[in-house]
Amino acid sequence: MRKVYHRIIQIAGNVITVEAEDVGYNELAEVTSSRGTSLAQVIRLQDDKVFLQVFAGSRGISTGDQVRFLGHQMRVSSSEDLLGRVFNGRGAPRDHRPEIQEDLIEIGGPSVNPARRIIPRNMIRTGIPMIDVFNTLVESQKLPIFSVAGEPYNQLLARIALQAEVDVIILGGMGLKYDDYLYFKNTLDEQGALSRSIMFVHTASDPVVECMLVPDMSLAVAESYALEGKRVLVLLTDMTNFADAMKEIAITMEQIPSNRGYPGDLYSQLAARYEKAVDFDGAGSITVLAATTMPGDDVTHPIPDNTGYITEGQFYLRNGRIEPFGSLSRLKQQVNGTTRSDHRTIMDTMIRLYADYRETLEKQSMGFSMSGWDNKLLKYGALFEKRMMDLSVNIPLEEALDLGWKTLAECFDKAETGIKTDLLKEYWPQS
Amino acid sequence: MQDSNTGRIVGVNGNMLTVEFDTHVTQNEVAFALLGDERLKCEVIRVRGKRADLQVFENTAKLKINDQIEFTDELLSVELGPGLLTRVYDGLQNPLNDLAEKSGFFLQRGVYLPALDYESKWDFTPTAKVGDKVKSGDWLGFVPEGIFKHYIMTPFDLKGEWEIVEITAGGNYRIDHQIAMLKGKKNELRKVTMVQSWPVKIPITAYKEKLLPTETMITQQRIIDTFFPVAVGGTFCTPGPFGAGKTVLQHALSQFAEADVVIIAACGERAGEVVEILREFPHLEDPRTGKTLIDRSIIICNTSSMPVAAREASVYTAVTLAEYYRQMGLNCLLLADSTSRWAQALREMSGRLEEIPGEEAFPAYLESLIAGFYERAGLVQLNDGETRGSITIGGSVSPAGGNFEEPVTQATLKVVGAFLGLSRERSDARRYPAIHPLDSWSHYTSIVDAQLIAAARNTLRHGHEVNQMMKVVGEEGTHIKDFTVYLKSEFLDYVYLQQNTFDKVDGATDKDRQQYVFSKVVAVLNAEFDFTDKDIARRYFLELRQMFVDWNYAAIDSDEFKKLEAAIDAKLKEHCHA
Repeated sequence: MRKVYHRIIQIAGNVITVEAEDVGYNELAEVTSSRGTSLAQVIRLQDDKVFLQVFAGSRGISTGDQVRFLGHQMRVSSSEDLLGRVFNGRGAPRDHRPEIQEDLIEIGGPSVNPARRIIPRNMIRTGIPMIDVFNTLVESQKLPIFSVAGEPYNQLLARIALQAEVDVIILGGMGLKYDDYLYFKNTLDEQGALSRSIMFVHTASDPVVECMLVPDMSLAVAESYALEGKRVLVLLTDMTNFADAMKEIAITMEQIPSNRGYPGDLYSQLAARYEKAVDFDGAGSITVLAATTMPGDDVTHPIPDNTGYITEGQFYLRNGRIEPFGSLSRLKQQVNGTTRSDHRTIMDTMIRLYADYRETLEKQSMGFSMSGWDNKLLKYGALFEKRMMDLSVNIPLEEALDLGWKTLAECFDKAETGIKTDLLKEYWPQS
Repeated sequence: MQDSNTGRIVGVNGNMLTVEFDTHVTQNEVAFALLGDERLKCEVIRVRGKRADLQVFENTAKLKINDQIEFTDELLSVELGPGLLTRVYDGLQNPLNDLAEKSGFFLQRGVYLPALDYESKWDFTPTAKVGDKVKSGDWLGFVPEGIFKHYIMTPFDLKGEWEIVEITAGGNYRIDHQIAMLKGKKNELRKVTMVQSWPVKIPITAYKEKLLPTETMITQQRIIDTFFPVAVGGTFCTPGPFGAGKTVLQHALSQFAEADVVIIAACGERAGEVVEILREFPHLEDPRTGKTLIDRSIIICNTSSMPVAAREASVYTAVTLAEYYRQMGLNCLLLADSTSRWAQALREMSGRLEEIPGEEAFPAYLESLIAGFYERAGLVQLNDGETRGSITIGGSVSPAGGNFEEPVTQATLKVVGAFLGLSRERSDARRYPAIHPLDSWSHYTSIVDAQLIAAARNTLRHGHEVNQMMKVVGEEGTHIKDFTVYLKSEFLDYVYLQQNTFDKVDGATDKDRQQYVFSKVVAVLNAEFDFTDKDIARRYFLELRQMFVDWNYAAIDSDEFKKLEAAIDAKLKEHCHA
């Protein structure tokens, strides 16, 4: 029986301090107050003082309350029984079904040896031309959707999850609106995907700090499934809430903030999570799709900025469309060379011409007369937005490429596209 | 190790330990925190009274107050000897492939393996003889490694002149076999093997003098070699926002740059990017030697999810290995991706130490550390007075928000010889490599005549101005002469500055071809055209551009190349009074 401590000497923010012995760094404790029992994690040891971050928040904790150290780190079950279940931010069932205590594993395990990683090689087909053609999603990729509040990023996540060919879907919700949680649950249910899904959901009304465990739990479970040979897709939404919770703890601990109040290790903390995306040689894989809402639609804000440096590209979701500029899949080169010989050329050419179209649009809005070339671009731009960018378009890659050639041929003649002659010969539509 | 040289933990804060020590400690010495059977490597980074602060190169979970610490009295060092090439290490020179064999998929903490292979034998040929007087870094003999002679050198920490009293005859030996015995002024003896260790944070200075880098290092990237060249022994940086193509550029450099040894320090970046190198280099041929690229490479890989303190050490580990090969008279290229992550590791520790923060919470000593790192590059003349070796350092910088005004970029710009600034604007327009042709600069000598470069840059600048102006006055308000300049600048950008790194031919353009193609481009830039209609002018340049693009994709010895060249020459005669 482990010793129980009753002397809380400091309560500041969501961090409490007790005097205790023989406590390990990162160990868990149970704090029992009149309000109930909450988990807490050791975040600093200094002489005989132990600093604990209380997941349910410190409100209502009194100095005489009881703190019991559990002697282990945060754990989560990795059993098969998790499939189809819903848990909250500390891993307790949210679906009124029994707790699962089998096959407990510690979360936040060591990183994968780079020497044991393999080059990603499988395309994930989504049926969305802006992804499949221009920024192909690849198995084991980590990719955020940069967006702002009000955009349908959760709908996009759900759509990709349902169309992607994966074995297990794990949803990690942080500060999720209750409506969005129900949306995910119902959508997965309607499409018959609930039985291969696991949800760790922290809703907006739950204590803030609790969301900090969500990515680690989701990814620890994903890792154990992937090691068994499963292809796992992890959806994390919204990582901005995770980063904000970290900021809150850092400020409470009087850490020197680096940029807009965020701790100096924001990059390392985010990287530790995103880098769990992996393709195991001889086992399964983990693909991570995250939603990151950009405060003030500002991509230079520390959260999207650090995220962009970690992830293998990003999708910008704006006005209900995936933006062609800035959106990037860094792994697309691994797969789009073998899909079809014109894939890369169509991708580059169409985007370049669309960039020219945007310039022309600007000129037009300033009232300049349009040259013959400008008029061609205007026609092209409108077609591109309708045929490629509209999120309701749902066609396979090959069809999208053909549509690309068709669009080019309707608007330009061959030389104007700047495409290599041999490809023009092969693919340019004959009319 | 003495029993007294120990201590115990009195504080744990992230990856920093506060330790109460018994006797004495040395700043930057290595210590181990004992956790059951696990020994976690640490480094002393501050001493205050009876307490020392240690950064831990591992995850600190489960450490407790009063856990034991063992001090080693040695600075953080790397092992130097034959067999470094082709290997993949973490930031502390732990061989990752051996670790994978031992612990499987994951990096278990507290597992340290020897950096070099102590079992294999190397064919040693002595070049020095008994009675020779030697200084630190002098060559005693060599073993074959890859394509060149790996010289076995006297210890770099040797002080003054020593005499060789014994030297082994040629033959196959393990690396820890005695190669020579040296005798000092006071008759003290020192044994020399093929392997020696050196503290990473101290530069190796066993050479005669440092020289001015003058020769251009061919990278086979047109915009670099022609417009913003890098010298052998020089330094350059490639700052850019995410998604601007820093890593693709670094990969291209690591493959095509003409260096003897390439050391890649993947410092706090994505693991996936290193994996590409790890998996592809063993299969890519090095056109200069006919061997594979991995045979001339060492990869230091401390990616973003690996411990932060080891990330801080990784760039020093990399540059120390480069210095070792430089001492053999080789040209080394060190590519560090990214120095910003290294600076962030410094910032994290500085924050834990509760130091007074500088700008953006980076420590006040950031600038001097960055300068100290880049200053380890250079062209040197070795002790023999003839042989030259060099280290060229290229650091990528990841500025927060893509804003070059931040401390790491600014500190780097002060000390490098070339600035290859990547721009979001160019990468959004898919103009790769996205090095900005107007903002970038280089102090080194180009492979083509400086006047031609100045004229070409002038066209770019003028074209840019015309383009800006056209946004205000429209195309119809632009004179045909100005419009032609704009078309010329776009042409230059398109057919010369942009390069498709994923194409076999276009991805690497050697020096001769660059000079040849550039002269043809200059002919277009200098030509006087008689266009009267803008649409005709645009069409003409589109067609010319198309021909050049096809030309760039054609192998230089192919019929295609000659055919396209003839077509270009013919096209040039249209609309043109020579």
